[in-house]
Amino acid sequence: MTPRLPAVDPMLEGGLLWAPLLVVLVKVLVVFLVGLVATMLMVWFERKVIAGMQNRIGPNKAGPFGLLQTLADGTKLFMKEDLIPERADRFVFKLAPYLAFVPAFLAFAIIPLGGDWSNGKAGMVTLFGQQTRLQLADPPVGVLFALAISSIAVYGIMLAGWSSGSKYPLLGSVRASAQMVSYEAALGLSLGAVLLVAGTLSTSGIVGQQVTLGDWNVITTGFVPFIVFLIAATAELNRPPFDLVEAEQELVGGFNTEYASIRFALFFLAEFMNTITMSALIVTLFFGGPQPVSIGSTVLDIPFLPGALEGTVWLLLKVLVFLYVYVWFRATLPRFRYDQLMDLGWKLLIPASLGWFMLLAAQRVGNRAGWDRWTVTLVTALVIVGAYALLQAALKVSRDNRERDGAGF
Amino acid sequence: MGYLGGFLVTLRQHGYRKKVTTEYSGGRVWRRKKDDSRDRKIDKPERLHGRHVLNRYEDGMEKCIGCELCAGVCPARCIYVRGRDNDPDNPTSPGERFGFVYEINYLRCIHCDLCVEACPTEAITESKLFEFSFTNRQDAIYTKDELLVDDAGHPRQLPWEDWREGEDTHTSGWMRATAPSGDAGFEGVVSWSGELGHGVRAPEPVQSERDAEDN
Repeated sequence: MTPRLPAVDPMLEGGLLWAPLLVVLVKVLVVFLVGLVATMLMVWFERKVIAGMQNRIGPNKAGPFGLLQTLADGTKLFMKEDLIPERADRFVFKLAPYLAFVPAFLAFAIIPLGGDWSNGKAGMVTLFGQQTRLQLADPPVGVLFALAISSIAVYGIMLAGWSSGSKYPLLGSVRASAQMVSYEAALGLSLGAVLLVAGTLSTSGIVGQQVTLGDWNVITTGFVPFIVFLIAATAELNRPPFDLVEAEQELVGGFNTEYASIRFALFFLAEFMNTITMSALIVTLFFGGPQPVSIGSTVLDIPFLPGALEGTVWLLLKVLVFLYVYVWFRATLPRFRYDQLMDLGWKLLIPASLGWFMLLAAQRVGNRAGWDRWTVTLVTALVIVGAYALLQAALKVSRDNRERDGAGF
Repeated sequence: MGYLGGFLVTLRQHGYRKKVTTEYSGGRVWRRKKDDSRDRKIDKPERLHGRHVLNRYEDGMEKCIGCELCAGVCPARCIYVRGRDNDPDNPTSPGERFGFVYEINYLRCIHCDLCVEACPTEAITESKLFEFSFTNRQDAIYTKDELLVDDAGHPRQLPWEDWREGEDTHTSGWMRATAPSGDAGFEGVVSWSGELGHGVRAPEPVQSERDAEDN
């Protein structure tokens, strides 16, 4: 660990040269294309898996196993008439899809996509004679960047609904802003636990610390932040069971009701791209990203594969698990009611992640000061129980007040 | 762990090999390998309302008498009929008159079967064919020549129609659910006249027996 502020990429230190520039351009292109293709495959994967869970076959006509179905759907959307409602705010209406689409791809830039993590090489590979990471950008504020970008994506949805000049999209966007703002808090707080343990915000730094299975942040932070993060991420993505934003049964199509043609395709693309990015972020933060799975000193090495590619394969496998989990959620869980959604976010996830964050912080302070570990745990637990009791008391008081005022819930 | 039980249900279903989907047209696998097992269609219900046929009596006489009741009852106004007096020496139908022009516009037909119910001679009935995607408006108007059964009593099969086995065999006979005007007293009684190529259709089984068979 060098004390100076690290550059975005080590190869960019000491003047701008042609080779690094070329490498960066290639990386941009690859990340963009991988994003597009992955989205296409994700749509296919989701349809196929959910069909399997419902005893159906799923797309199987276009291309082998129906792989090209998304391409066909996309082409169809391109050909469709582009409609702008009479009462829409034309500029904002046109802007909104890009506000949803661009952040989806930007957030993908900070995900470590592979690299050679064996023997302490820290994911460095040699490209055109340049030592670099298989990651478009590795800013020192990496994880905060992801959070910031995912907040911008809210604007896309919010403005889309607002600018449509139509009531159902407006309702959808109101729900979207409330939901995403609520769950952003839980997302950030559960992330805090990881950052506390890792001591760095850079995604490659976080990955670099999770060498063996026991070092994975899901274990070092004690599962609770992971579960909170998974639920909050699902809500942040507006995926079922948190898809109130586009609840078809209630809101026609939600925020994108008035959208057609390529603008609709952009929303659709952004949604699935965000799912992939969020899965990759979960893997990066909690499951060691492109690190190979290793128990103790035994590394599960993939045979016949150069070390530089191995990271990508591991990342792909781990991300696939989470993509499956998201589809699984969708196939299993019915949609939340709006008040249940708010209850879960504010009364359960935020207090839980905050309390857990405190517990971890107290443990760290205690370790450093040499206090007795069990005493620290006991005191923190007592404080948490006290705080929980206070919270419940507060909820009860406000519920009683509401009932006295005659509100029905 | 009641909350998590649902997850196992969906996961088990994913491992379940049997699918409820019928691979309707076989898709590209069928086109490439000509594997007919992929080109499946579910059996159609006996009383499905499909494309019409005009029937003949067993002696080859047309059943249609040109009364225009079907045209009158049609809610979509898609039937056009003109009757004409039979030539006494060479009659087309057993009655006084016959359907001289008979046209159905399938761009308008909603397959409600009211024409079948209105017909006093069971001349017009419906087959189980519903896949006939014509490509121009002229083809959409079926003329009497196209609707009338051939000399063997089978419906004419036009090039754009996708006939499957069994769709042309029961063009009638199921048209009256249990009995005329739903009277259970007519169950098991043949209440329609014989047809060219098929003879007199078997009577509809008694409803309660059918129900017992189905369950």
